[in-house]
Amino acid sequence: MTRVTVENVWKVYGDQTVLENINLEIEPGSFIALVGPSGCGKSTFLRMMLGDEAPSRGRILLDGEELDAEPSPDRGVVFQKYSVFPHLTALQNVMLGLEFAASPVMARLFGSRKRAAKAEALDMLTCVGLGHAVHKYPSELSGGMQQRLAIAQALIKKPKILLLDEPFGALDPGIRAEVHEILLRLWRDEGMTVFMVTHDLSEAFKLGTRVIAFDRVRTRPEEMKAYGATVTFDLKVDGKSVPPRPEIRDVLAVAAQ
Amino acid sequence: MRRLINRQPDVVVRFGLMLLPFVAVIIAYMIASEARLSVNPNDKLLPGWSTIAAAIERMAFLPDQRTGSYLLLQDTVSSLSRLGIGVAVATVIGGIFGILQGLIPYFRATFNAFTGVLSMIPPLAVLPILFIIFGLGELAKVVLVAVGIAPFIIRDLALRTEEIPHEEIIKAQTLGASTWQIILRIVVPQMLPRLIDGVRLSLGAAWLFLIAAEAIASDSGLGYRIFLMRRYLAMDVILPYVAWITLLAFTLDLALRLFQRIAFRWMYRGN
Repeated sequence: MTRVTVENVWKVYGDQTVLENINLEIEPGSFIALVGPSGCGKSTFLRMMLGDEAPSRGRILLDGEELDAEPSPDRGVVFQKYSVFPHLTALQNVMLGLEFAASPVMARLFGSRKRAAKAEALDMLTCVGLGHAVHKYPSELSGGMQQRLAIAQALIKKPKILLLDEPFGALDPGIRAEVHEILLRLWRDEGMTVFMVTHDLSEAFKLGTRVIAFDRVRTRPEEMKAYGATVTFDLKVDGKSVPPRPEIRDVLAVAAQ
Repeated sequence: MRRLINRQPDVVVRFGLMLLPFVAVIIAYMIASEARLSVNPNDKLLPGWSTIAAAIERMAFLPDQRTGSYLLLQDTVSSLSRLGIGVAVATVIGGIFGILQGLIPYFRATFNAFTGVLSMIPPLAVLPILFIIFGLGELAKVVLVAVGIAPFIIRDLALRTEEIPHEEIIKAQTLGASTWQIILRIVVPQMLPRLIDGVRLSLGAAWLFLIAAEAIASDSGLGYRIFLMRRYLAMDVILPYVAWITLLAFTLDLALRLFQRIAFRWMYRGN
């Protein structure tokens, strides 16, 4: 379980301040929904969490340690587009994370190790409901299936944190609800912390245990450059709690019997 | 009456229209040839079909009286092997430099301006230098073909590599990939079909450099033969040779396209 601490983080591009003075303490296992108008810096914040960009000031801590300045396997990600590799089948896309870890030079597995990785990847694909499409290329999958594949691909690495950048923005409402269910189930099962950027408030309140809004406080034209967005709302969603950690859940289950 | 841009020919009409310009050129040739031959039966400029057929038989199907070899076959083998080696070398260099230049900022900072300047040097201008350094043998011709097209392939592939969505590269890192693993599993497999596109586009230039080199200093090859025959005004040989070169170039292009379709099915599925 990973505690995320954001300490006085600023992001400045040239003379344009995008984010200012962000301070957050994130409880392990939370599902954080980040909302806000376009251009308020919520995707920038996610990219800093990812390590794709560095804060201009302040720091982000994972369990008390400053996070890597580049993307790493402890933080998985699903983007709105281009999250999966077009030249690999669904199965190959999911196996990739296992192959990178186990085979530094060839980045491919053979023999029994390949069979083991394949079995693990197939389990994960079945988990997201893609058991019937394992040999298809992404271009043959619908938008919802591609996003489910992207989730499976990220989760095979068992990341401590899953970052989602408007992952369902391009999906039909029906498909979206379906993917929501899958995501919620995996989040409860894996015990990871999720950060999801969305511009859909109902989605934020449906999925999140905590909804954080970014917005600019000063909006007069002459102030737009010098002042960035900051946290304007930070709401715990009523009636939702962080699910018990997997290891505790097992104990609870035994106790209940 | 629908607009012209919205009117589509059907299959038969399309096939007919495709043949039309070819047939028109052949008919125009026949009329002009007929007209000249009726004035002077020994005219060499636009030979009749029978003269051309006799030349083809002489070059392709009868052994040369002096050397005993089949000239068209010999010329084709020499030219294609020079072209093949030159293009293969340029493809390997272009693939490696293009991908590294497109992916690795330090590599790009070092070589981007350099390859940009190299690609501005007219390759035929360095041909004398190549002849001086490598002699008049095979090597200079192969090097000219390779030097002529490699800068284009490098720059084309570097641009294609930069076009890989940033999201894919980030995603690979979150899956634990090293730079080498990203190159091996993400970039190279996606760039190979683009590399084939680049090679296809540069084949025309490759032929140009080959024929130029053969015309200047050679003792065999399709370009050598054409320029040799020019001295005798032997249009009956030159015309079939040009047609043969065109056919070879067309076939090479087609073969590369088919290979791309078969080897990289993911590009064509679903879209």
